[in-house]
Amino acid sequence: MTERYDVLVVGAGPAGLAAAQAAASHGRRVGVIDAQARPGGQVWRHDIAKPPTRAAQAAIAAIDHVELLAGHTVIASEGHTLRTESAHGAHDLEYSALILATGARELLLPFPGWTLPGVTGAGGLQALVKQGWPITGKRVIVAGSGPLLLAAADSLRTHGAQLLGIHEQAPARTMAAFTAQLWRWPERAMQALGLRARLASVPYRFGSHVRAAFGRETLEAVEIVGPHGVQRVACDHLAVGYGLVPDTGLARLLGCALQDGAVHPGVRVDSFGRTSVTHVFAAGEACGIGGLAVARIEGAIAGHAAAGDDASATALLRRRTRARRFSGLLARSFALVPHLHALATPQTTVCRCEDVPLGALDDFSDTRAARLASRCGMGACQGRICGSALAELGRFMPAGSGRPPLFPARLDSLAASAGDLSVTADC
Amino acid sequence: MSHFDLIVVGAGIIGAACADAATAAGLRVAIVEPGPIGGGSTAAAMGHLVAMDDDPVELALSRYSLQLWEAFADLAEAEFSRCGTLWVARNPQEIGAIDTRIARLAAAGIEARAVDADELYRLEPLLAPGMAGGLRVPGDAVVYPPRVALHLVKRACAHGATLHHGRRVLTLGDGAVTLDDGSRLVGPVLVATGCALPQLLPELPMRSRKGHLVITDRYPGLLHHQVLELGYADSAHGDADSSVAFNVQPRPTGQILIGSSREFGDGDSAVSPPMVQRMLQRAFTFMPGLRDLQALRTWTGFRPTPIDGRPYLGAVPGYRDVWAAAGHEGLGVTTALGSARLLIDLLRGDTPAIDPAPFAPSRVTT
Repeated sequence: MTERYDVLVVGAGPAGLAAAQAAASHGRRVGVIDAQARPGGQVWRHDIAKPPTRAAQAAIAAIDHVELLAGHTVIASEGHTLRTESAHGAHDLEYSALILATGARELLLPFPGWTLPGVTGAGGLQALVKQGWPITGKRVIVAGSGPLLLAAADSLRTHGAQLLGIHEQAPARTMAAFTAQLWRWPERAMQALGLRARLASVPYRFGSHVRAAFGRETLEAVEIVGPHGVQRVACDHLAVGYGLVPDTGLARLLGCALQDGAVHPGVRVDSFGRTSVTHVFAAGEACGIGGLAVARIEGAIAGHAAAGDDASATALLRRRTRARRFSGLLARSFALVPHLHALATPQTTVCRCEDVPLGALDDFSDTRAARLASRCGMGACQGRICGSALAELGRFMPAGSGRPPLFPARLDSLAASAGDLSVTADC
Repeated sequence: MSHFDLIVVGAGIIGAACADAATAAGLRVAIVEPGPIGGGSTAAAMGHLVAMDDDPVELALSRYSLQLWEAFADLAEAEFSRCGTLWVARNPQEIGAIDTRIARLAAAGIEARAVDADELYRLEPLLAPGMAGGLRVPGDAVVYPPRVALHLVKRACAHGATLHHGRRVLTLGDGAVTLDDGSRLVGPVLVATGCALPQLLPELPMRSRKGHLVITDRYPGLLHHQVLELGYADSAHGDADSSVAFNVQPRPTGQILIGSSREFGDGDSAVSPPMVQRMLQRAFTFMPGLRDLQALRTWTGFRPTPIDGRPYLGAVPGYRDVWAAAGHEGLGVTTALGSARLLIDLLRGDTPAIDPAPFAPSRVTT
């Protein structure tokens, strides 16, 4: 049996919650799908150590007329129906309008030692500790680029990690220029000040990056290159992320056009969030990294537009333009310095799923030929990690076939015909 | 203008094997391929090296080719794995057909033997209860076709072949082609472009028969043989508009490759969820335990299919010095090496090891 929604939203982060709230305010039947057990997305991910922020609480409380399909992963699409998988099996969810609020993924760059246990993404380790993964007393280095490093460090500190340092690749000069601009976005400035105050005892270095990680079985030390030379630091964990890239997997599965010319293109949308596919909208990070404020506004715009209320959507456009300006500043300020592209050697593993070293791709100029010969990007993650990394290195465009399953799924979930599926109401 | 002893158009597994066989025979070879090497039907194929006995003509070609594949058994690029084939019989009626098949395979020099139900479940415990028995062909194997094609092209180039990569043939004439960069190559032309054959040779009919495949995560040791239903040939060589058959393969990585479907259609390469559903349901009938495995990817491919299901191997009537090697349906990987030898023998005026007459393109043009 198929459940039918007027508006179906994929992603229960800031954009998706705003979209659901806006669409539901017009009396539509709205469903929100999220792979996690609780709403909030990555930014507002539930933290066992502290209560949600007021903004998160309000956003979650505001969707009380919305059906939350938590623990559902989208695996396939046909016509106006998404197939999801949950602990209860497969489900078919039909929509009149669909809003993609799929957010962003962390950009990981390969460097020698990056596959050692103990090395994770910055956002990745943050998500783990919020769920209760033990970090107390562990020596942690946070490295990479962007505001996420401070947010991750803050969570790690809250959970008792011993933070040895935060290493931002952007040079001190660029960071000073960024800070000087922050007053234009008072909310952002306050947020940054709060984070810096809580992390006052942790060294925050600019123009500094991790060149290599060492260890026999697990991580033992990292080598850091900074303005004053190279140092080797013993540690238990390295949380390293080079910012965020739009998650466009579902958009590509649906055939939505992406932005032209970008290294990590977002979904191409008009001012109301309409994609190139009729009845499919997109909002927030999936359309280009812009942060929380952009996600909230774009979610609301898409929610109103998907419910057919263009006037309410139009009323928000000026706020959106202003908020998106901040994403431009972020992108300029945290642009990656070129030598980060040269960290990986020909022996460095680039595709962890299929154990493909970077050098195995050297003979190929064509993405598909390289994939066929090396199987790079053909493993369990379907190129989600190495695809973005290789795009960043200027090698190939992101991998990903645009074919089901979007995420690994039980064969049974792919095999069920639409009529066989159970109703979703009880899950 | 460049002169060659052979210009191979298309570097799928067939064209690659022909180029390799031609350089091995001392010919000066050019290869023209617009896309990735082995990027067409070859890339989508399962890579099952299988002796199919339902057509004696195909069996002769397969047998000849399977012997040649033995030279690749230790080649890393081939990812050769001798898992054997296990054909599963569901009922006494299917068991009854096994002796005939063993005799036909034996006549072609291929070892095969019947297995009873007990042994069947010892060999493949995942099979659903109630199967009657089966037929085991221990010499069958699997390879990874696109890497083999790449290896064959590299070997041909190491023996002097010239690869025109990224170039497309615009016009075909008697003993010459013009490429899309304006260059003209002169010499006997072999068209090995699979489903695209009619673009250059419209007089040789070719239909594209779409197939779906699903690959799972890694489950080492779960499956041991390529396992098919005995009724597979009815699906493979029947002429139904669409059909599915149980056909699963253990990859050397422990992944399981699940087929197979066949449909004649409009050439749309998109994955069809209803066809995937039908194919997987068929697989669950034979192996219910597959239900809980994690699927990683699905994809589609097209089998180049002449009207009578047999490949075109030989001179194309109405031309001087134009040859065809295409249309191997689902047996292109199995028969690639034998097809290449047969074709090069014909080209050089030698007598092929097997009778080439059933494959002559003239059978459809006269």
